Amino acid sequence: MAAISEKATSSGPLEYSTEEGSLKIFGFWIFLGAEIVLFATLFATYLVLHGQTAGGPTSKELFEVRDFMIETLLLLTSSFTCGLAVLEMRKGNKKGYMAWMAITLLLGLGFLGMEIREFVTYVSEGAGLSRSAFLSGFFILVGTHGAHVSLGVLWILCVMAQIAKRGFTPMTARKAFITGLYWHFLDVVWIFIFTAVYLTGVVT
Amino acid sequence: MSSLFSFKMPEHGFFVTGEPMIYMADVLIVLVTLGIIFVLTYFKKWRWLWDEWLTTVDHKRIGIMYIISALLMLFRGGVDALLMRTQLAWPGLNFLNAQHYDEIFTTHGTIMILFMAMPFIVGLMNVAVPLQIGARDVAFPELNAVSFWLFFAGAMLFNISFVIGGSPDAGWTSYTPLAGNELDPGPGENYYLLGLQIAGIGTLMTGINFLVTIIKMRAPGMTLMKMPLFTWSTLITSVIIIFAFPVLTVALALLTIDRLFGAHFFTVTAGGMPMMWANLFWIWGHPEVYIVILPAFGIFSEVISTFARKRLFGYRAMVYSMVAISALSFIVWLHHFFTMGQGPWINSFFGVSTMLIAIPTGVKVFNWLLTLHKGRIEFTQPMLWALAFIPSFLIGGVTGVMLAAVPADYQYHNSYFLISHFHYVLIGGTVFGCFAGLTYWWPKMFGHKLDERLGKWAFWVFNIGFHLCFIPMYLVGLQGMTRRIYTYPAETGWGPINMVETIGAFIMGIGFLIFCYCVYYSARFGERDVTGDAWDGRTLEWSLSSPAPHYNFAHIPKVEALDAWWHMKKEKGKKKEKPEPYKPIHMPNNTGMPIVMSAFMFVAGFGFVFEWYLLAIGGLIGVLLCMLWRSFNDYDSHHYVSVEEIKKHEMAS
Repeated sequence: MAAISEKATSSGPLEYSTEEGSLKIFGFWIFLGAEIVLFATLFATYLVLHGQTAGGPTSKELFEVRDFMIETLLLLTSSFTCGLAVLEMRKGNKKGYMAWMAITLLLGLGFLGMEIREFVTYVSEGAGLSRSAFLSGFFILVGTHGAHVSLGVLWILCVMAQIAKRGFTPMTARKAFITGLYWHFLDVVWIFIFTAVYLTGVVT
Repeated sequence: MSSLFSFKMPEHGFFVTGEPMIYMADVLIVLVTLGIIFVLTYFKKWRWLWDEWLTTVDHKRIGIMYIISALLMLFRGGVDALLMRTQLAWPGLNFLNAQHYDEIFTTHGTIMILFMAMPFIVGLMNVAVPLQIGARDVAFPELNAVSFWLFFAGAMLFNISFVIGGSPDAGWTSYTPLAGNELDPGPGENYYLLGLQIAGIGTLMTGINFLVTIIKMRAPGMTLMKMPLFTWSTLITSVIIIFAFPVLTVALALLTIDRLFGAHFFTVTAGGMPMMWANLFWIWGHPEVYIVILPAFGIFSEVISTFARKRLFGYRAMVYSMVAISALSFIVWLHHFFTMGQGPWINSFFGVSTMLIAIPTGVKVFNWLLTLHKGRIEFTQPMLWALAFIPSFLIGGVTGVMLAAVPADYQYHNSYFLISHFHYVLIGGTVFGCFAGLTYWWPKMFGHKLDERLGKWAFWVFNIGFHLCFIPMYLVGLQGMTRRIYTYPAETGWGPINMVETIGAFIMGIGFLIFCYCVYYSARFGERDVTGDAWDGRTLEWSLSSPAPHYNFAHIPKVEALDAWWHMKKEKGKKKEKPEPYKPIHMPNNTGMPIVMSAFMFVAGFGFVFEWYLLAIGGLIGVLLCMLWRSFNDYDSHHYVSVEEIKKHEMAS
């Protein structure tokens, strides 16, 4: 940030218009790279432990196709509306951004509600974190994703509050763009969870 | 919910009791703390400390704080080593009991790798890299301060374990099931898990920060292949950090969840897999040892080229071999446990991949030697450390290849042969590299040279002690002495050799003390560096005054060649000619957020260590509030350095 001027360096999108903005966006991409390694490790752990049920419930007995399909639809749709919000931001349309982002957050909260309900159901059936290595792996992998989504909701709320107050400036646009990247990233991770945990889980 | 409000005490009480040495440590800690408070208050330095250091976002000062912490940790880890060597000096001694010995080898290893080598290396990166690439700071200065304070919080959390609650005792590798809750309950292992977790997050942020800095903030004209080699090594190290540290984060988190919340990742019961810890740990752990050696390679390249007065031989080969080493570092982790029951095919693969690392490393050694060839060598103290590195690292490397031969490893493994191998590469490589870098950049950091005579005394005493301590370990290892035993019977005949090792270890300690005296002496009487180019250097940091102004470069330099400063000096024959007018420089403000946030992180970590969840959650909420506060308040976090101030600085230098 030192040596960075606030003057516009290009006629590209607002969030890239300052050197600080483009540095931070690049830095966030790198951070997402580290997040991929983090989730990859959790996926590897889960897949190694998938069969280690210690006589407890298996994934096939636990997972409900209807529920995880709804969760998936909610989160995928939220990624789409988040994309629309960023497009509105590019047009400088504050109202449009706020509206699409509010829908994104509602869909995200719906997803979280479903996930929490799923977790509570499992625990009440005696299938908690300590029941077996498989369930430890499941709760920590899916739970880490859920914790990321929760943090994302809080973070986006903060960014929306700042945009409500300040409108779109190079700084607020950069924040909106980065939270968008984060949200899409969580969607990508979910697609892998959907495939490697849920779809694989109900067939094997 | 009831567990939220439970503040249960560990089995052995809150404070560690029973050992006279511990009481002495307690008294010393209280006295030193009171002493620091008294000195700061008496000389009215609190304000200065807060404004100039604790809240700084200047990479040079953050680097110095890293290095001071690393030297303190070197002292702590060194005292651990001397305690162990005293216990082992002769058969059947009872200086330390078995439990205390276990704790000390655990803290020695953990501190030396994570709280000494890492911050030392990161400190030198902070001091040198932005200056070498012609930048005014790192990409994210505030995040850089967060990195430092998280490291510091993690290090302090780990270090208080020996007086509060008890130290970890399952080795620095913390293998399960030994480190699991059933066999090792209580705060000790929790300290290990939380201390490393907090410091590790800081390291990950450092990796991201330096990657972005080097990719995006090089001076105009400095293409990748015109970067100084230390900058190259930092870039490659950053990539390794980004790929390796998240694995550590996960491994530590999973074991923490096993221990605190009853999960079964690594337990023997309920389907958990203890071997998975060994795999996860070393998937991080092997790249980690390259994280601490590659920057040392970078330092040696700078120092050897500077003091041989020659361009580095085989620059491109040096870069490509570092890239090759970084790639190989991710596919050798299993060689740390050849004997833990994999099949011959798997062991063979990892044996061969391990031996492959010798090829790029060999390329580097030959390039250093050929840089020296026909050079006009000056035996300054950084150069002495660099020259001593080559044979030491060779011995460490060759014994490493011996250990990579799987069938033979069944004989060497877990013995003092292994101990000597990794001390030869970590001391002969990393520690020598840190001392080479520290003495090399010392004038740039503080504006005076370290006294050559005392520095050379420190070098020779440390070096002789080093070989005296570790050469015999190869021998006693081949005779069958295994690591992590707290004593041995006289009939083994290992006594005399161990005595020699202990004498060597104490000589190393004396070398360190001479170095400390050298620091004090040089601060008072050392040769002042008035030119800023103390060594007739080759890279851009030597184009600035010593110490460099806080904005680094009044004008961003234009780079035309490798060894940019050398090129400017020799080819153009002009020096610091600045016809252009100064412009105001945009710089980040100091901020107290990083230290406050890290203090909350410390509180959270302490809460988890003692399983006092109310405290832990309180700490985490504090961390979260710091982040929210920062999100809403980073709009005016910069200021401009005025032209007058720049003129004043530039005239003075």
